[in-house]
Amino acid sequence: MASYNTNEFRSGLKIILDGDPFSIVENEFVKPGKGQAFNRVKVRNLKTGRVIEKTFKSGDSVEAADVFEQEMQYLYADGEFWHFMVPDTFEQYAADSNAVGDAAKWMKEEDVCVMTLWNGSPLSVEPPNFTELRITETDPGVRGDTSGGGNKPATLETGAVVKVPLFVNEGEVIKVDTRSGEYVSRVKD
Amino acid sequence: MEVETPLLSRFGNPDPMIRGLALDLDGNRRFLRTSPEFPMKRLLAAGCGPVYEMGRVFRGEECGGRHNVEFTMLEWYRPGLDHHGLMDEVEEFLTGLFESEGRTLTANRMTFRDLLGGIGVDPLEASDSALADHARSASGIDGELSRGESLDLLLDRAAADLPDEVLNLVFDFPVNQAALARRSEEDPRLAHRFEAFVGPMELANGYDELCDAEELEQRLDDENHRREAAGLPLVPVDQDLLAATSAGIAPCAGVALGVDRLLMTLGRYRHIQQVINFPEAIA
Repeated sequence: MASYNTNEFRSGLKIILDGDPFSIVENEFVKPGKGQAFNRVKVRNLKTGRVIEKTFKSGDSVEAADVFEQEMQYLYADGEFWHFMVPDTFEQYAADSNAVGDAAKWMKEEDVCVMTLWNGSPLSVEPPNFTELRITETDPGVRGDTSGGGNKPATLETGAVVKVPLFVNEGEVIKVDTRSGEYVSRVKD
Repeated sequence: MEVETPLLSRFGNPDPMIRGLALDLDGNRRFLRTSPEFPMKRLLAAGCGPVYEMGRVFRGEECGGRHNVEFTMLEWYRPGLDHHGLMDEVEEFLTGLFESEGRTLTANRMTFRDLLGGIGVDPLEASDSALADHARSASGIDGELSRGESLDLLLDRAAADLPDEVLNLVFDFPVNQAALARRSEEDPRLAHRFEAFVGPMELANGYDELCDAEELEQRLDDENHRREAAGLPLVPVDQDLLAATSAGIAPCAGVALGVDRLLMTLGRYRHIQQVINFPEAIA
């Protein structure tokens, strides 16, 4: 089984702790009181996204996680799974709602996403940082109010709800930052 | 008096927590110094009086935000002072340096027991397993821990909360963390060792020096035994140091201060690479 020694620790390294895959966020070498050396790390659980602190004796080994990222095109959802394809090889993957998570509300067909695979199975999906989606429902626009003061909820074609300025209308396409879920601009058709 | 002592020695530092670096000199092993302590003590035995040295020392595998394999140490010895007297001097030195930068360094003293008391741990009375439980929950480490390892982790945890712009001189270390400090005669649980923290940064380590040749030899041999148990190579014990100590070293206190870390605190730098032109990775 592949493993990493603590002296190989760096941010981004993928390891297994208590059976779950983690990514190292921060790694610090400490040697308190001139005694035993330790690596104090912050690690992100790749299943839950939660960041925890762990400490290892320097020189210890930790099991490596077979985790890698792959760009894939989102094809369609069948109600239970979201289906993706690797553009070069046409290899297809089906991700469940645990893996897709919040990405579901930002993806539309043919979008290129980044999928994280663990032992060859979908672990998580990152939508593109910016996406363009049509507004399917919002209160009528207030003509002339382009000052940017005030906003209203708008439902997008994927079902996501974002806050938009008052002057934006139903049927228009808007650009959204998927990391924050915030409106960026209107997109001219 | 400023002194210079050799970087290369026939003898090494048997401390099992320190990875000394060795090189080959025409078929003979030579050790790069991990501190100037041993030759400085030979000078003290020769009656040199108070001495200081600032220079490079080498410790393998130590690399990180506050560590560089090659770093600068300022070490000095004061015959006639004990660790309390030397703490006064460390305080005067550091508060003076901060003052010259227009900053006020508030000085504070506490025992090791006080410091760990801040996180609800009694390092002298708690059982090994209670300390290990505390250390595991404080640091997120798994597995078995020795008493020493637990205390190291708890020290790290407690020091992380020390306030900025405050010098904390922490003294009366547990006797199993004594290193080469004299044991307390009043309380056998304690050693006459101190550490200086500026904010959470561990800056200096000092002792009321162990001057008893027999006990010194015993401790250095113990360190080699711990090396053997840990599967580490044995290190030849400095026979010249033992001979000098047998001949007699007057009671003295000594302290070693990390100069790179001092520059970090003075310049408010977060990473040691910001105060070293050519850190290990690009040296």
